[in-house]
Order: sequence, then C-alpha cells, then structure tokens
Amino acid sequence: MAAVTATFALAEEEGGSIVLRAAGEWLVATAGALDERLRRLEVPRGRSVTLDLAAVERLDTAGAWLVLRTEHDLAARGNAVEIKNLHAEFAPLLAQLRAGGMLAPARHPRPAHHTLIGFIARIGEITLGLFARGYSILSFFGLVSITIGTLVLHPRRLRLTPVVAQMEQTGVNALPIVGLLSFLIGIVLAYQGADQLRRFGAEIYTVDLLGVGVLRELGVLMTAIIIAGRSGSAFTAQIGTMRVNEEVDALRTLGLDPVEVLVTPRLIALLVTLPMLTLFSDFMGLLGGALMAWNSLDITIPQFLAELRYALSNWTFWIGLIKAPFFAVIIALIGCYEGFQVSRSAESVGRLTTLSVVEAIFLVIVVDAGFSILFSLLQI
Amino acid sequence: MTAGEPDEPIIRVRGLVNRFASETVHDGLDLDVYRGEVLGVVGGSGTGKSVLLRTIVGLNRPVSGTIEVFGENVFSMSERERRDLDRRWGVLFQDGALFSSLTVAQNIEVPLKEYFEMPRRLMDEIAAFKLGLVGLPEDAGAKYPSQLSGGMRKRAGLARALALDPEIVFLDEPTAGLDPIAAGDFDRLIRDLKSSLGLTVFMVTHDLDSLFAICDRVAVLVGKKVRVGTLEDQLKDNDPWIRSYFHGPRGRAAAQSDEATRVAAPA
Repeated sequence: MAAVTATFALAEEEGGSIVLRAAGEWLVATAGALDERLRRLEVPRGRSVTLDLAAVERLDTAGAWLVLRTEHDLAARGNAVEIKNLHAEFAPLLAQLRAGGMLAPARHPRPAHHTLIGFIARIGEITLGLFARGYSILSFFGLVSITIGTLVLHPRRLRLTPVVAQMEQTGVNALPIVGLLSFLIGIVLAYQGADQLRRFGAEIYTVDLLGVGVLRELGVLMTAIIIAGRSGSAFTAQIGTMRVNEEVDALRTLGLDPVEVLVTPRLIALLVTLPMLTLFSDFMGLLGGALMAWNSLDITIPQFLAELRYALSNWTFWIGLIKAPFFAVIIALIGCYEGFQVSRSAESVGRLTTLSVVEAIFLVIVVDAGFSILFSLLQI
Repeated sequence: MTAGEPDEPIIRVRGLVNRFASETVHDGLDLDVYRGEVLGVVGGSGTGKSVLLRTIVGLNRPVSGTIEVFGENVFSMSERERRDLDRRWGVLFQDGALFSSLTVAQNIEVPLKEYFEMPRRLMDEIAAFKLGLVGLPEDAGAKYPSQLSGGMRKRAGLARALALDPEIVFLDEPTAGLDPIAAGDFDRLIRDLKSSLGLTVFMVTHDLDSLFAICDRVAVLVGKKVRVGTLEDQLKDNDPWIRSYFHGPRGRAAAQSDEATRVAAPA
C-alpha cells in the first residue's frame, strides 16, 4: 500500500468562527494517527466551529466516524458545529452512519478472579460446583442402574448389535496399543528392578517384583488409563456430537430412551472388554519382563515361571482383575455423562472430552488407592 | 472510495474447473462481477454455489482456471500481495463464523489489531459503531457469540466482514435461517450499505425475495456453468431448471410482492 496521509488544521475565521480544515485520506489506516490529536482538540467553549471537509480526498467508515465523533464531542461541549463542503459522494456514508446512532463502546469483560474477593469467590464457586457435579454424576449413575435393572428384567430389550460394535471398538481395536505399552512397561520394570536388586545379589526377586507389580497393579491400571484416554474420550465425543446435532433430542421424540440406546451398550461392552484387556495386558507385561530378565539377568523362561509360581499367592492375579469391572464402570459412566453435558455448541464437545479423560483417570486412580487400603485391611 | 471504470470487472473468473473425487462441480465456468453491483448466485443443491465463493476467496484451489480480483491473478500472488488483497474484501460465512472465545466487539477488532496500529479506545469505538451500522444493540458488543441469536450472529459476522471497509463483500446465504422480517431487514441493510459504502456484493442465496429486492444481476449455476443476467433476462430463460426456479409458486410470489413494493414506494 502506498503511504496515505491525513491531516487537519485549526484556523480562526473572520466573524469569530473557528474552522477545522481536514485534508487527505481519512481512512482506517490513518485513523490511529488522527485519533489522539482529535481527542485533544483545544477549542474555546461557546464558539461556533466549522468542519471543512473540502480537501478530504478519501473517506471510509473509520474516517467518517472520526468526523462524526469530533462533531459530537464539540457539540457536547456547547460549540455549535457545522459540517461544510462535504463531497457529494461521501454524503450517503455519513447519513448511514448517523442512522446507526452513537453507541458507547462495549466494555471488555474482565475476568472477575483478578481481584482478591473475586479470587476467593471463585474458590467457593469451584468447590460448590464440584459438589453439584458429584451429585449430578451420582444421579446419572442411578439412572443408568435403573435402566440396567429393567434390561435384566426384560433381556430382550438389550440391543446386541451396538454392544458387539462397541466391544470391537473398545476391545479388539485397543489390543495393539494396550499390548505394546504393557510389553514396554514390563521391560522397563524388569530393567529397573534388576538394576537395583543386583546390588544386593537378589536379582531373582526381579521376578517377584514383576509378577506382583504387573498383576496386582500395573496391568489393570495401565489398561484402564489407556482405555479412559481412548474409549472414554470417544464416548464423550460421540454422544456430545449427537447432542450438538440434536440427535439425542430426536431419539427422545421417537420414544427411545437415550440412556438405554447410547449408554448401556457402551457400559456393557466395556464391562466385558476391560477385564479381557487387563488379562492381555498382564500377559504382555510379564512377557516383556521375562524377555528382559532372560536378556540381562540370564533367567531362563522356565526359571522365570518357577519363580513366578513361588512368588505369587492365589490372590495376586484376581486382586488385579477384580478391579477391572469397577474401572470399566467409571470410564463408561464418566465418558457418557460428560457427553450428555455437551450444550449445543461444538466448542463444548472438545472441552468436555478433555474433562472426561481427566476425570476418568483421576477417579480410576482414586478408586485404585481405595482398593489398596481395602486389601491391606483384609490382609490379602 | 475511488470509483474505477463503471464497466471494469472487479472479479474475473475464467475457465474454472472444480472437481472433488470424481464429482465435477464446475466445468469451464466464466463469471464477471462488476464494481458496485450486487450479484446474486443461485443454483440447486450441490451445484457448487458455496464452492464458487470459497474458490474466489482462495479457500479452495481449483483444478484449473484463473481468477482475477482487482485485475490480479489470485493464484500467482506473493504472500504480501495476498495479505493486501485479503484486506480489500470481507467474507460473511453462513453462521457468522465468529470466534467463539472472543466477544463480539473483540471479533470485530481482530482485523483492526492485525493490520493497524491504533489506540485501544479508538478500536473499541470503531467496533461499537460498526455494530450500530449493522443494526445491533449497544450491549451486543460485550456478549459472546453463543449468547446471540442466529440473526444477530449474522449481523455481527457482517460487522466483522466490514471492519476494514472492504470493497467487496462475499455473503454466503445471509438470510438462510432468518425469519421473514429479519431477512427483509437484512436485505435492506445490504442495500443501504451498498449505496453508502459503495460495496460490491457477491451473494450466494436461496432467498427469492432477496434476489428480487436487492440483486442487480443474478448468476444461475446450471450444467456446471453459470448463466448471468438481470432478473428480467433470467425470467425469460428457457432452461428447465431456471424456469421452474423463477416461475414456480414461490418465484411468482416473490416477483409479485416485489412489484407491489416498487409501486408502493417509487424511488
């Protein structure tokens, strides 16, 4: 763009009138420079002012705004203002702008928590919100339980096709990622354990560490976290998208219960697949550990298995597996619940999907800690 | 506004071909848009009205063909020229496409901030009076797009499109989803802005009333090409689609009401 210039100058006219001669190109590009000077315009009160626009070559809405604002400001201070020599081609523009009216600029919303009281209020808000949320999730859990109850009484109403489809998506399709990550965790655990235990000459206990660690905790926890990230988020996104498109409302008007149609297949599918994935994860974790032990500690596979049998109690495997259905319920419930929280904007789908993953993982770990306390009380 | 030659095309599309997968949407399409006119673009579903708009503003790269805006080929431009060109047009997307994380006023200030050094206060003032220009109430500026109705979002989108005083505005179905009163208001708004700001308007629409009320010329997409002419020309056209479009019950009704208003308000 070529350099554009806009100027104005004040002059005294005979007859006591003051003339403001504007010249050049009054455009959005030059408005910034003109603005400050026009605002600080020094005109004695009570005198009449003429805005002479004869030398204005170009005028756009921003420039016209400055003219109108100046006129308005001067008039507000008691000066009689007159616009003169306006080019005919600019007249409709000025008329249109006058018709739009003088609006006060919008005040930008300031986040309330920038003040101390606002900050404290925000803490309270979040705390109350947390309770309301917990209550709401519990209600949803109740709703789902009732639906499951009716399904148990009327098993024919169970939709098998979506259940199988969900099992494929959450189970079969998750096998590679769950398997690979568990395998790697097994390797890492065996390597770190061997490194530490070798100092005490107790390398063989790497097998115990691995067996107890993977079977009791890591297998099921890893699986639950991966599935929360993979399937829990998918639940929220799927149901959320349906909310945005009003598909959920459409279901209702067709006499279908959204919980029965959307939530139960996902919940049932995850209840089946998560324990199975845990089993797979346990196996892959031990496999990774065994290969690492063989490679770096010269513990052969038969030795490994013998030590494993010795290290594990009858309960070790089941303690891990028993947690899987609980985690499945948490993930499915949170995923679906957050999906239903989506409002009609696409933006909320993304926000709630993130929230659903964070919440699900958080609750999985909290519940896992709860199980640890329970098992230690039960002394198993 | 420096007016050019009255008959100089401001947009010149030549031999445009658009193809998606195996579906050919445009096949050798030619179109001229002249300075200061309101061009309505109509066509059946899937004839590529929006694709044409998106291609001209550079959001979609055609298979072949040239597009010249202000006499320069948009596909052989440098980044800089392209940015300068972007300043000279404004686009109103179907649902306004306002940035949802910003207030309406901040939405309008985005291009101002991007292109100009300007005091914050002046920017706020400009945003406020652009809102007035498109007929939004004073308190709309501080609201977020999600707090506005569909019609208000469109007006706000138009205010953003007009933020830099563009020479061309592209409107994608500006009256779709509006009630007839709001749609009529919008038509009037476009017409007023066109006459006061000297805008050239490229408007994709399905709204027969808009066509009759404000369009100087109408481009009809048929057979992967475009037929341009005044409304009178189109009404005489023998193409079966065009005939059924303008001479169907809705077309007739719109034509009649247009005549009625012209008689009522001789301007």
